[in-house]
Amino acid sequence: MTDPAPSLGKDLVGLENLTAGQILAILDTAEPFKEISERRIKKVPVLRGKTIVNLFFEASTRTRISFEFAEKRLSADTVNISSTGSSVAKGETLVDTARNLEAMRIDMVVIRHGASGAAHFLADRIPSNVVNAGDGWHEHPTQGLLDLLTIRDHRGGIDGLKVCIVGDILHSRVARSNIYGLRALGAEVAICGPKTLLPPAPEELGCIVFPRVEEAIEWADVVNVLRLQLERMEAGYVPSLREYNRIWGVSKRRLQAAPKDLLILHPGPMNRGVEIDSDVADGEHSVILNQVTNGVAVRMAVLYLLAGGQPEKAEAAKQGAEA
Amino acid sequence: MTGSTRLHVMSEADVRRAVARMAREIVELNGGTEGLVLMGIHRRGTQIAALIREEIEQAENVQLATGSIDITLYRDDLEVVGPLPVIGASVLPTDGIDDRCVVIVDDVAFTGRTARAALNEVSDWGRPRRILLCVLVDRGGRELPIQPDVTGREVEVLEHQRVEVLVPALDDRLAVEIIQTDPEDS
Repeated sequence: MTDPAPSLGKDLVGLENLTAGQILAILDTAEPFKEISERRIKKVPVLRGKTIVNLFFEASTRTRISFEFAEKRLSADTVNISSTGSSVAKGETLVDTARNLEAMRIDMVVIRHGASGAAHFLADRIPSNVVNAGDGWHEHPTQGLLDLLTIRDHRGGIDGLKVCIVGDILHSRVARSNIYGLRALGAEVAICGPKTLLPPAPEELGCIVFPRVEEAIEWADVVNVLRLQLERMEAGYVPSLREYNRIWGVSKRRLQAAPKDLLILHPGPMNRGVEIDSDVADGEHSVILNQVTNGVAVRMAVLYLLAGGQPEKAEAAKQGAEA
Repeated sequence: MTGSTRLHVMSEADVRRAVARMAREIVELNGGTEGLVLMGIHRRGTQIAALIREEIEQAENVQLATGSIDITLYRDDLEVVGPLPVIGASVLPTDGIDDRCVVIVDDVAFTGRTARAALNEVSDWGRPRRILLCVLVDRGGRELPIQPDVTGREVEVLEHQRVEVLVPALDDRLAVEIIQTDPEDS
């Protein structure tokens, strides 16, 4: 018999409270799941009979489809609910929506919500497993995990690497999940971006701050470029997209000045010519599409680990068998 | 491990002799080595498959296609195993398994549930011409109507006994032993 994987508990709300062992268990579990997506029949029966609800209160293409592929490749039954066209639009509360779903006997909820803490709120109130697919400015744990997996694939490990996150750190759940995950695995993390878009106390996150993107590129092994939400400009955080690109944009010229080969990540969707130039996004150092591929494997691993991993359930089954 | 004793079943020489015979039987059943693919079940089955491969390759002077299967995702008891097992890699031979004779190799045949899972997994990968099941030790106790085609040795085992196949890569020696556990402990 093979060794048991460490339990993640009932839910995956964020990476902040996971141990290095738990994070590594997810990454290691994702490895064999990569191969399943390369098969002719891209399906294994491990979650057969489980019902998973994808509850998306915010627009999402990549994450929602990635979760759906992961669920389908594990043979789960899936239902997608988005805020438009559902009773959410009629004013139903989050808890009522979830309780109604529970009443139809579901096993897991994947939730994307605009309010920080929504996933945690839900996890405390329903017995189903809850997976956070992004909540407000809080966390986007599966994005953090797929970034970790992609970096590990290309650099062999995370420990001791220098990773800089460039862009709107203040409003970014991707940045937070990355920072927690990277630091748990022993990377040095820096952030870089306009002062208006940096968190007020970066030292609390354990990050170095680079005032200029050139310095960050010179220091880093890996650069994770964040999307500049266009509404930030409208809200006055940055004067113009052109100026943002000129000062903070990751361009080929800036990369050529770097002393070593960098790995370039971007969680998507990209604003080409704003935070990242096309020749960088499509360049030899970009692993942006590897991130997307890894996203499915990481989400399969998370769903697999959450579906089992409940010792109390096994204990009850064992006692039932003995009685 | 308190309250357990080990009983000797097969020595290294016994295992090697059995493997040599199993290798010949496999080649005979397939009518040669044409299209033969050895697929070991993770982890000890893979080790036994490697021994059989070595034997066939030497005797027949050929290179055999091999792969390995991790059946975790095809188990029927995932609901009750508690923390889920770490999954090993499944490796498909480079040229696939379509229209080939796939030999599923495991260390011990017991309930037949592992073989059932392996059969389902192999079927998801393609359509072999034929599938053979090969085990080093058959300890009986089947819960499904699945029998090995090639067997190293059959042993009679009581309820509180467990058959353990020891392989150099994982246990530093090659042998088959029975672990007798005290019923009080289990």
